[in-house]
Amino acid sequence: MSKKPSKGGAPALDMTPMVDLAFLLVTFFMLTASFRMAEPVVVDPPSSIGMVDLPDNHIMVTIDDKGRAFFGISNSTAKMNALRQMSTKYNVPFTEEQIIKFSGLPSFGVDIKDLPAYIDAKEDARTNFKGQRGVPLDTITPNNQLKDWISIGGTEAVKMYEEAKIKAAEAGGEFKAEKPRYAIKCAATTKYINVKDVIKTFTDLKLYQFNLITSLEGGGTVIDPTK
Amino acid sequence: MAEIAEGGGSHKGGKKRAKKQSTRIDMTPMVDLAFLLLTFFVLTATFSKPKSMELTFPAPPPPDQKVDEVKNGITFLLSKDDRIFYYEGQFRAADDEKGTKTTLSELDFSQDAKASLHKYLLEKNKGMQDKIRALDIKHKNKQLEDTTFKRMVKEIKADKESYTFLIKTDDQATYKNVIDVIDELNINVVGKYVMVDILKPEMDLVNEKIGPTN
Repeated sequence: MSKKPSKGGAPALDMTPMVDLAFLLVTFFMLTASFRMAEPVVVDPPSSIGMVDLPDNHIMVTIDDKGRAFFGISNSTAKMNALRQMSTKYNVPFTEEQIIKFSGLPSFGVDIKDLPAYIDAKEDARTNFKGQRGVPLDTITPNNQLKDWISIGGTEAVKMYEEAKIKAAEAGGEFKAEKPRYAIKCAATTKYINVKDVIKTFTDLKLYQFNLITSLEGGGTVIDPTK
Repeated sequence: MAEIAEGGGSHKGGKKRAKKQSTRIDMTPMVDLAFLLLTFFVLTATFSKPKSMELTFPAPPPPDQKVDEVKNGITFLLSKDDRIFYYEGQFRAADDEKGTKTTLSELDFSQDAKASLHKYLLEKNKGMQDKIRALDIKHKNKQLEDTTFKRMVKEIKADKESYTFLIKTDDQATYKNVIDVIDELNINVVGKYVMVDILKPEMDLVNEKIGPTN
């Protein structure tokens, strides 16, 4: 690739290494990128010194500052199975297409009766979906859909985990997946009473361990008490 | 700018001769594209996973079980406008032979305040902190194994004589306050804390303090 210095012409610069590097970086970012759809609500969690990463395999309930609850499962197969069961339970039919589309959605916060319309809505229309009042979680009346979502979703997610474990054991490979965890993401300004309702829903299902999602506190280290 | 392919092009007329024709390709557009893509992926990349705080809620006790009096309990009561109150020991609606009527004291979330939550916890939990810190130094100097260190910290935290902190909120406290209290407890390496539902007489006391609710 050597070149004689040309007289008078544009000074030549060998760009090959730069291009190599550029493509290397492109490849890296392309492969590490994970695309997500926009969440239906933006929630700004309070900060804490909690340093535990949110597990990849999780079932998340998001509560926004108006107290609306949104539900999401990270495992898409579990999500599809959960929707199928919920569909039978609440007698709301879904087409196979809708179920597949649903598996790609992030969390949702609508009554199951509105869910088909919500799935069919265009992406930008979903954020302003008028039935978006949160997943019903009445702790007194039997209409606690959130409870059913959590219980069915949780069972399905555990099932997926067990299946993956068996598969990995058959293949003889190392098994790395983790058990699904329950996460609660909540805006800093949410009234605790709303969070309490969600936690009550969990504890009713005999689920007591949560990961509360918080943003990282600036310079948050354990403070030395001597200072 | 990159080199510009100068060969070719100028051979309109005349015979084409298999003379040294430049094999260079102008790479500029490709580089442009590569950097465009690079910029896009860099900007859309999300590196940090959300952080979380693990918390276990107590299972409700079986209905026939008698609830023991909490030893060395300190109760935090959270209310609106980021206000936090506390009382020590068992709740007493009125004076009795075991103690006097419960009164609430106020704390402040801000670290610089005179009666800040941070200072209060620091003072209350000093003994435990000192013990854990001594262990931590030993651990850092490799005098202790990881497992032994963890076990010993656990033992210290489970000490029966240490304080148990109860966190209760009224209807108007925000989630942020709750997280702040738990965070502060974690910072001060408190061993035992728990979220509990507020009782009616406690709520009344809080309401007395914060004045009429609107």
